[in-house]
Amino acid sequence: MPDHLRFLVNGEARSLEVEGRTLLVHALRDGLGLTGTHVGCDTSQCGACTVLVGGRAVKSCTMLALQAEGAEVTTIEGLANGGELHPIQRAFVEHHGLQCGFCTPGMILTASDLLSRDPDPDDATIRRSLRGNYCRCTGYDAIVNSIRVAGATLRAETAA
Amino acid sequence: MIPAAVRYVRATSLAAALDALAEPEARVLAGGQSLLPVLKLRVARPSLLVDIGGLELRGVESRNGELHLGALTPWTELATAPELLRPALAAISECAAEIGDLQVRNRGTLGGSLAHADPASDMPAVVLALGARMQLRSPDGEREIPASDFFLGPFLTALSARELLTAVVVPLPAPGSGSAYVSVEHPASGFALAGAAAFIGPDGGRTIAVTGVADRPFLLPGSDPGEALAAAEIYGDAAAPAEYRRQLAEVVARRALELAERRAKEDR
Repeated sequence: MPDHLRFLVNGEARSLEVEGRTLLVHALRDGLGLTGTHVGCDTSQCGACTVLVGGRAVKSCTMLALQAEGAEVTTIEGLANGGELHPIQRAFVEHHGLQCGFCTPGMILTASDLLSRDPDPDDATIRRSLRGNYCRCTGYDAIVNSIRVAGATLRAETAA
Repeated sequence: MIPAAVRYVRATSLAAALDALAEPEARVLAGGQSLLPVLKLRVARPSLLVDIGGLELRGVESRNGELHLGALTPWTELATAPELLRPALAAISECAAEIGDLQVRNRGTLGGSLAHADPASDMPAVVLALGARMQLRSPDGEREIPASDFFLGPFLTALSARELLTAVVVPLPAPGSGSAYVSVEHPASGFALAGAAAFIGPDGGRTIAVTGVADRPFLLPGSDPGEALAAAEIYGDAAAPAEYRRQLAEVVARRALELAERRAKEDR
């Protein structure tokens, strides 16, 4: 028996018929076609499915779609402003924060949560925050650099 | 992995949640960070999920010389709650800040984890060492039981089928107290191979609880962790045989004691 889900996705009101058991990641990918949210391990480990719910990073494979009723969800597709990349996305491009790119949407959204709480994190804090995001290209150094640079850019934008 | 078909209801009040739990195969859903993985593995196959995530059971409140930790308080909120900044209560935020990862801490809740009662989860040791009480609500009314009567075995608690954990009540320690939580984690799962929480009162009295080393978390009798652990029945597996775990438990217990002692000197 399908239930009706209403939520805000990337700033747009969306509604969808889902089952009680439907996971948020499947509602986003299969229901709304937002395939930037990836399914990696599907066991709450790898963080490739990370999205923001109410501004906080969550693993969308470990949340029922119906638990997002009325919530504000941001996926990687919602981060860029029109054609202009978000500063975190830009930093990942400019500082080689990705190789194959599979983990990247999750990395960027986790970084977004971190930088919203702590605009100037040290490297140890950045690494701790990425504990739930795996990169199998072993690109962690470049990812940490990218997040550090993104933090500086965001601080400069806030100050301006 | 997709959970088996299940009906879902969003509880709009405590009473409505308890009503819904009249169904024999119903399960309570809070943050879902423990329940969703077992639903996906189909280890759990409830007929109905009662989502209590929207109930007003969230936050830390100081009331009549006691701290009320709402069952739906997520770990990230518990890790930064200003009411818990005292060295006497440091074990709570210290433990909450290390659970799972950022995403899990954003959604996972205090009450959900305690009610799930994984024998290797961290926070049970802390609530035991701090002498906390569990506040439970059923259609028959409210009752409170000591944390030491709550954990009965692996994934087994004193909660009856139509009962909800609503809060954890922690008595405010006297000035000059200290607490700490120290664990050694399994590197892949992050769960404790051995974890210990210690509380030191202003008179130097020690309370120590361990987790991850037996079928349930437990308080160590006496004040010498080595002696108490030598007499305890310790669990072993491929990751950590029983004798290794026993030794690990003693090490983390001593470290937690030292840390708690140092904190007691800073507490006022």
